[in-house]
Amino acid sequence: MAFRSFDPSDPRLSRRSLLRIGGLALGGLAVGTLAACTTAPAAPSATAAKPAAAGTASTSSTSGGFDWQRFKGQSITVLNVQNSRTDLLNKYQSEFEDLTGIKVNADVLPEQQQRQKQLIEFSSGNPSFDITTLSWHVLKGVSAKGKWFMDLRDWLKDPTMTAPDYDYADFSQAAITYATQKDGSVDTLPLQIDYWILYWNKELFQKKNIAFPNTLDEVLKAAEALHDPSNRVYGFVGRGLKNANVPVWTAFLQGWDVDPIDKSNQLHTNGEEAVAAAKVYQQLLGKYAPPGVTGFNWNESQTTFSQGGAAMWFDGIGFAAPLEDASKSRVKGKVGYGLQPGGPKGRFAATFGDGIGIVRASKKQGPAYLYAQWATNKKNQARMLAAGAASPARQSSYSDPEAKANMQVPQEWVDTLIASGKIGRPGLPDIEPVTEFRDTFGIALTNMIGGADPKSELDKATSDFKPVLDKSLQG
Amino acid sequence: MAVQATHSYRVSRGTYLWFVVPALAATFAIIIFPWLFTLYVSVQDWDAAGPAGFVGLDNYTRLIFDERFLLSVVRTVYYSVLTVVAPLVLGTIAAVLLHREFRFRGLVRGIFLLPMMATPVAIALVWVMMFHPQFGVLNYLLERVGLPASLWVYAPETVIPALAMVETWQWTPFTMLIVLGGLASLPKDPYESATIDGANAWQTFRHITLPLVMPFIMVAAVLRAIDAFKAFDTIYPITQGGPGTASETINIYLYLQAFSYTHIGSSSAVVVVFFAMILVLAYVMMWLRQRSVWE
Repeated sequence: MAFRSFDPSDPRLSRRSLLRIGGLALGGLAVGTLAACTTAPAAPSATAAKPAAAGTASTSSTSGGFDWQRFKGQSITVLNVQNSRTDLLNKYQSEFEDLTGIKVNADVLPEQQQRQKQLIEFSSGNPSFDITTLSWHVLKGVSAKGKWFMDLRDWLKDPTMTAPDYDYADFSQAAITYATQKDGSVDTLPLQIDYWILYWNKELFQKKNIAFPNTLDEVLKAAEALHDPSNRVYGFVGRGLKNANVPVWTAFLQGWDVDPIDKSNQLHTNGEEAVAAAKVYQQLLGKYAPPGVTGFNWNESQTTFSQGGAAMWFDGIGFAAPLEDASKSRVKGKVGYGLQPGGPKGRFAATFGDGIGIVRASKKQGPAYLYAQWATNKKNQARMLAAGAASPARQSSYSDPEAKANMQVPQEWVDTLIASGKIGRPGLPDIEPVTEFRDTFGIALTNMIGGADPKSELDKATSDFKPVLDKSLQG
Repeated sequence: MAVQATHSYRVSRGTYLWFVVPALAATFAIIIFPWLFTLYVSVQDWDAAGPAGFVGLDNYTRLIFDERFLLSVVRTVYYSVLTVVAPLVLGTIAAVLLHREFRFRGLVRGIFLLPMMATPVAIALVWVMMFHPQFGVLNYLLERVGLPASLWVYAPETVIPALAMVETWQWTPFTMLIVLGGLASLPKDPYESATIDGANAWQTFRHITLPLVMPFIMVAAVLRAIDAFKAFDTIYPITQGGPGTASETINIYLYLQAFSYTHIGSSSAVVVVFFAMILVLAYVMMWLRQRSVWE
C-alpha cells in the first residue's frame, strides 16, 4: 500500500496533501508539532506484525504458531459506539487484557459523533485510534474510497496471526458479503447484522381478534382497525424523522423486489414501485401514527410502543431487551416479534450491519487484529445473542448452548432473527453518499407525512440526488 | 546624555517587540491561518474521501441557487428575531422586578440565573422528553389547564417557536443580569425630580428608566443577536434540523454539509458567507448601540 505524497507538479491536490500543507504551516509556527504533521502512515503489516520477543508467550495462550500474547505489554485505542454491544465488550474487556497482556483504551461515543470522529480523523490521515467499529450501511463506501482500513485477507489465512478456533467461515453469508468491499478486500470483521422486524402488541391484536399481518396490505388493514387515538392508541409507529425514516421506505420497497439503487448504480427511486411503497409509508405514518411522528426517530417510536401507545412498530431487531424489561416497558410479555411484512413481489428482511476494522495508518495493527478477533469470537457473539443486544453475525451463536441457557429475551425473537437471516437483503444502497441519499429522500418522506404527493416528492428527490450520485461515481 | 537615552530606548523597544511575537504567532496560528485556509478550501471541490480541485467561485455561485441554503437563511433570521426579542423583553421586566428591595431577593436572583448555568446540550435532551407529544410533561400541563395539546418540535409549523422557547428560557437570565447591572448604575437625581413632578410608576419607567438603561439593553441585544444567529447546541440535539428541514438554520445546514455529506469545499464557502453575515449583523448592532448611548 503506497500513500500518495505531495507532488508540486501535480495540479490535483489530495485532501491529505492539503492537510499536510496546513499541518506544516502550523507546525512551523508551533514548535514541536512538525513531527506529528509529517508522520507517514505505517506500512500495514511489516513492522506491526513483528512478533514480540521470544519468551513472552504463555503456554495457555499458544496454539500451533499462534500466540495470543505475542504483543504483550502494548496498548491500543478502540473507538466504539455507545450501545449495548459495546457495553458487553467493555464488560468483558479484562478477559481480553488477561489473555493477551494488551492494554485497551476504550473510546466510546454516541453513534453520530463516532461517525463524525471517524470522518474527520481518517481524513487527517492519522487517526488517534487503532481499531474501530464501522456502520457498513453508512460508511462502507466512504471507507473503501478513503482506504481507511487494512485488508485482512492475508492475516485471515495466516495461522500465526489468526487463532485456530476463529473460524471465519462461521459468519453468515450476509455478513461476509457486507464485510467484503467491491474490490474483494476484506477490511472489517463482522460484528452484527441488524434485521428489521415488525414488533406487534399481541394484547391489542387479540382484543380485536386480528392475526399478525404478513403483508403490507394486512399491515394497513390492521393499523386501521387498531387505530384508536381517543384512547391514545395508534395503529402504527415508526420513524418519521428525516434521514432516519428512509430505511422504512426502502424496506417496504423490497416487497416489490426493488432496490432504490441497483448494482449498476441506476436509481429506482421514483418508479411505479417506489411510489407504491411511499404511499404505504404515507398512509401508515400519516393516518395511523401518533401526532408529531415527523419528528420521531427510533427512540420516540420505542417510547410510544413500549408504553402501549401503538399496535405495531417497524424497526431494527435490537429492541427486545428494553421491551422485555418491566422497569422500562408496559408491554413486557405482550410483544410479538414478526418478520418484515412482504409486498406483491416477495418478502425480505432489510439488513444493516456493523463490522470492526483495523486502521491502515495504525502502528499497532497486530494488537488491534487480536482485539478484532476477540471481539468477534464465538463467545462474545453468543453473549450478544443471550443479552438480546443484537443479532450476531456468526451462525453458530444461534445453536450455542450457553447462549440458549442465558437467554434474556423470548424465543420468538430468536426465531424471527433466524428466519430473517434467510431472507436478508441490504436495506440501504452500497454507495458512498449514503447519508445524502438518506437526507434527500428523508425530507421527501417527511413531506409526504404532511400530505405532499408521493410521486412529486420522489421525482424532486431523485433529480436532486442524481447529480450527487453521479459525482461520487466519477471518483 | 540625550543620545544615550535614545539609544537605550531603541534597544529596549526592540527587546520588547520580541515579547509580542508569541501572541502574534498564536493569533496567526489559531485565527489568521485557519481563515486563510478556509478561504483557500472554499474555492476547492473537495470531499473528505476524494482529491481536491480548484473550482473558482463555483461553491459560492451554487449557494445563490441552493433553495435549501436560502431557506436556512430565512429560518436563521426568524429564529434569531424570536430569540433576541423575547429574552430582551422578559429579561428587562425581570431585571426591573428583581432590582427592587424585597426579602430573599438574593435567593430569587440566584434561582433565576440557574438555567443560564446549565449545559445547553444536556438541557436540550431534557426538553426533548418534555416536548414529546404523547408522554411529555408540557402537553400534560396544557391539558390540565384545559388547553389543547401542541406538537411542539414535532411539527414544521411549531418547531422554531418551540426551539425559541428553550433558548428564551435559558438566556433570559443573561439579559436580566446585564440590565440589572445597568439599573444599579443609574443616577438617583432624575427619579427624585420625577417624584416631585408627580410622575407615576409607568411614566417613571417609560421616560427615565428605559432611556437610561437602553445602552445596557443594546449590549445585551448585540451579544444575544450574535449568539442566536449562530445557535447550534439547542437546535441540533432536539431536532437535527427537522422535521424535514423545518428547523434547519445556517449552522445546521453547514454542519450537515461538512460532517454528514463531507463536502468540505462547499461547506467552507458557507462558512465564509456566514462569517460575512455575522460581520454585517455585528456592525449594525454596534451602530444601534452607539445611537442608544446617553447624549
